Amino acid sequence: MENLMKRVSELSAQNLYACYQCGKCSGGCPSVWQMDILPNEVIRLLQIGQSNDALNSETIWICASCFTCSVRCPRGIDLARIMEALRQIQLRKNIDRVEIKRISSEQMAKLPQIALVGNFRKGTA
Amino acid sequence: MRILYYPGCTLKTTAKNFEESAIAALRVLDVELVELKRWNCCGTVYSLASDDLIHKLAPVRNLIRVKEEGGSRVLTLCSMCYNTLKRANSFFREDKEAGEKMNQFMDREENYTGDVEVLHILELLRDEVGFAAISQKVQAALGQLRVAPYYGCLLLRPREIAIDDPENPTLLERLFASLGIEAVDFPYRNECCGAYQTVDQVDLVVERTYKMVNMARNNGANLIATSCPLCQFNLETRQEDVQDKYADFVQMPVVYFTQIMGAALGVREKELRFDLNRYQASELIYGR
Amino acid sequence: MEDRIGVFVCHCGINIAATVDVQAAVEAARTYPGVVHAEDYQYMCSDPGQKMIRERIKEKGLNGVVVASCSPNLHEVTFRNAVGQAGLNPYRCEIANIREHCSWIHTNRSQATRKAVRIIEAVVEKVKLNEELTPLALPMTKRVLVIGGGIAGIQASLDMGNAGYEVILVERESSIGGHMAQLSETFPTLDCSQCILTPKMVAVGHHPNIKLYTYAEVAEVSGYVGNFQVKIRKKPGYVDFDKCIGCGICMEKCPVEVPSEFEEGLTKRKAIYIPFPQAVPAKAVIDAAHCLYFQTGKCRICEKLCPTGAIDYEQEDVIVEEEVGAIVVATGYQLYGMERIGEYGGGRYENVINGLQFERLLSASGPTEGEVRRPSDGQVPKRVAFISCVGSRDSELHKPYCSKVCCMYLAKHAMLYKHRVPDGQPIVFYIDVRSDGKGYEEFVQRAQEEDQVTYIRGKVSKIYANNGELVVLAADTLSGKPLEVRCDLVVLGMAIISSPGIEDLVRKLKIGVDVYGFLTEAHPKLRPMETLTPGIFLAGCGQAPRDIPDTVAQASGAAAKVLELFSQEELYHDPIVATVDEDLCSGCGLCISLCPYDAREMEVQEGKKIAQVNEVKCEGCGSCVAGCPSGASQQRNFRDEQLLKMAEAILSSEDRVG
Repeated sequence: MENLMKRVSELSAQNLYACYQCGKCSGGCPSVWQMDILPNEVIRLLQIGQSNDALNSETIWICASCFTCSVRCPRGIDLARIMEALRQIQLRKNIDRVEIKRISSEQMAKLPQIALVGNFRKGTA
Repeated sequence: MRILYYPGCTLKTTAKNFEESAIAALRVLDVELVELKRWNCCGTVYSLASDDLIHKLAPVRNLIRVKEEGGSRVLTLCSMCYNTLKRANSFFREDKEAGEKMNQFMDREENYTGDVEVLHILELLRDEVGFAAISQKVQAALGQLRVAPYYGCLLLRPREIAIDDPENPTLLERLFASLGIEAVDFPYRNECCGAYQTVDQVDLVVERTYKMVNMARNNGANLIATSCPLCQFNLETRQEDVQDKYADFVQMPVVYFTQIMGAALGVREKELRFDLNRYQASELIYGR
Repeated sequence: MEDRIGVFVCHCGINIAATVDVQAAVEAARTYPGVVHAEDYQYMCSDPGQKMIRERIKEKGLNGVVVASCSPNLHEVTFRNAVGQAGLNPYRCEIANIREHCSWIHTNRSQATRKAVRIIEAVVEKVKLNEELTPLALPMTKRVLVIGGGIAGIQASLDMGNAGYEVILVERESSIGGHMAQLSETFPTLDCSQCILTPKMVAVGHHPNIKLYTYAEVAEVSGYVGNFQVKIRKKPGYVDFDKCIGCGICMEKCPVEVPSEFEEGLTKRKAIYIPFPQAVPAKAVIDAAHCLYFQTGKCRICEKLCPTGAIDYEQEDVIVEEEVGAIVVATGYQLYGMERIGEYGGGRYENVINGLQFERLLSASGPTEGEVRRPSDGQVPKRVAFISCVGSRDSELHKPYCSKVCCMYLAKHAMLYKHRVPDGQPIVFYIDVRSDGKGYEEFVQRAQEEDQVTYIRGKVSKIYANNGELVVLAADTLSGKPLEVRCDLVVLGMAIISSPGIEDLVRKLKIGVDVYGFLTEAHPKLRPMETLTPGIFLAGCGQAPRDIPDTVAQASGAAAKVLELFSQEELYHDPIVATVDEDLCSGCGLCISLCPYDAREMEVQEGKKIAQVNEVKCEGCGSCVAGCPSGASQQRNFRDEQLLKMAEAILSSEDRVG
């Protein structure tokens, strides 16, 4: 297993070998239309040793952690945690995805706290 | 009955209509919510990384607060708080080693032992108040409403903490039936609204909301009912942004299910805070 | 009598020899008291190996043989036969398992060798005290019971009936035929299902050797192989089958309509009904739960109109007793419920149907007379989605196994749909296509090339209704594109599960089922048509999902197994049974409550209560022996004195390995 795949496996506590690429996760993902690679392709890239392509995708950031994929997977793979693991690997390099200062004060006033807290939790180191 | 209540930050700010309508409606059903004297932000959303313990401290501390007040269970209104607290609680109970570490780290807190239950208001209504009891207290016939019930994600997923079947939930439909209100078939009722993507990926939410409101209308709804402050924001407030992008878009009122429940149970209009809703929600509810 | 035991140690290639020092074991055995010969060989079970044993018995005058080898499950019969051929009683031969119990579970060579030697020594002690036994001969009733009248039961019945044996076929519906009678055309030939099935059904109905009980169930089974006593409950259909001529006038005039089971709920049948026109027997039955007379006391129109006076509202359950020597269980399957898959909307949306429902739509004698029309509005669908793997291959929430036939029948459905609706678009959503039978791959290719069936590789995530259409959400994993496909009708390839009521039946038969309710075969590779209960055999989907060719093959195979059984004059029962020392027995009765096979009884002899063993029923499990407080109950060739000697040998402080 290449190192990155191993790290993702550990961080997510998921067995990446169990995925048989049925695509049910991708079919039901509400955000799939905005993604550059399909959720199942994220796992596929890890499976075939092309993990960097998964790491550098937009997909992992467009994921909203809604758990639809995890709840539908016939192999019991919690894909939401795999997405989180990939995000964490990036964030722990101290690279923020969300730049707080780019959010206008108008938006800040409007947005409910849970949106801000959730967004910063997912998008900052 | 009295039950300890954890509001979470948003209920005190942008979601006052949720809190106030819930408290008022529950009072009619003889349930009194007793807000925790001390509580902190739950730190939504639940942290998924297997080595992360620090982000699970915030929710666990709230459960310690419950114990401090002599309680064994706590009710939440906000779905995101429900999900975060419940999952953190389950994690604490299952991973004894992690739990010990967390207790040791929180050296100024009493040790938590995992013995608090986390409850969402819908569970309470279904399991302890009961739909039959709710039916009996209905005062107003809101026959003009055709509601599209919207569950969102965090009450239904993951399965371990779901309050209903993630693929075919019926809680809200049954609640509305007991209130004598028609609920339409709304296939998107358990699809994600986009959640926190509303901060930096507004377009994603705009597309979702556009689709969902149109779908609701298509299926005969004139109102959408939500159960989460973030869903409410995305489905209601963001309709502005939808309007900006799609000129042909027709807006639809979106309210909290507790506001509808309150209206049906005869709670005074003022207490239900429709002043904080848009698109003539109260006109629709009160038939003006 | 002097002990003259021969010890034969097998290498089993490297299976034993790699871990156990076979030479050392032979050396140690050679000098053990009572052993007069010890030898090793590469593969003792081979012809030369067996020959060696036979020759040594004669040369050395052996009166006992110990073969140190693999588990007795594999070759006990082999070696006992070999020993028998050399004139020695087979029960004076025992296996010392030094493979599964030793070489396969240890890695330390020296310790493994010592353990192997102890095992051999213990078995030598046992053999010294083994009695010479003869298997018990039992008479046999050469009649067979077949449970289930689908294609498996029908085929097995015809094979055995044609071979000259009397067959009793019990079917719980009022007609035989099973699910195959519901199918429109079968893959890969596109034969009309009923056209190939009904000749067999008619043959069963007319066969001089087949006694057909329909609208009946097995109520009770007792006995053992060769001698089963079966009670069959004939359910009251309130129609005298001897008088009913199947004219159908009662059905025409009956005022009550309920969803038809045969038509999978797509249309109605009457409360009095013949399930389908080609039914065998073509006799009506009344569904009392919905009949107006039984529910309210009114009506009775069928009685008035019946030309032969066949209606009999007073009918009750009738129990028929039959004696048989063998039983074939052919209980078939049902489809996993669509409503179990919430995300597909089955049970909520009328136009989401399962495979059997689509068969009825395709069928010329079905509710739409063979025109493909959708249930909600009778319109001809212009785009139909066929979904594979619904509830199958899902270890997380539903069934982990593959249901085997869905890939093929969905290809068939898509093909037939296209034939009926040439401007329609069939789409099959799949993960893998499994087309492994004869002509199957070509069939699927034909569907794609000639009938332009679109195959999309992506498991459907969600289906919902919108604007009178169904929306299918999936992703095409081959191109990496998400899809939202609008169609008019969805056919779900539901998982195959075992028939309702199977748990009840297996309890009566005392055979096994696995966690999914499929009947357990004696060995998955080598004995797929037998159960672990002698005399009870399996055929068809009751054991595992399979298609018609495999079902027919298995049914004929089960019939062959029965014929094999019946080809013997007598049955031989293993003599390793329990015994009672009448002097020691105090009549406490504990053994009777412990026996799982109903093989112990209490008798009163001269005022004293003494337990008795029915040797024919006894399966030698040893429960009674273990439970007997006085030691009166012993097991042949497993007597307490033997076991104590074995224990002494194992625990001996003398280490005789050099």
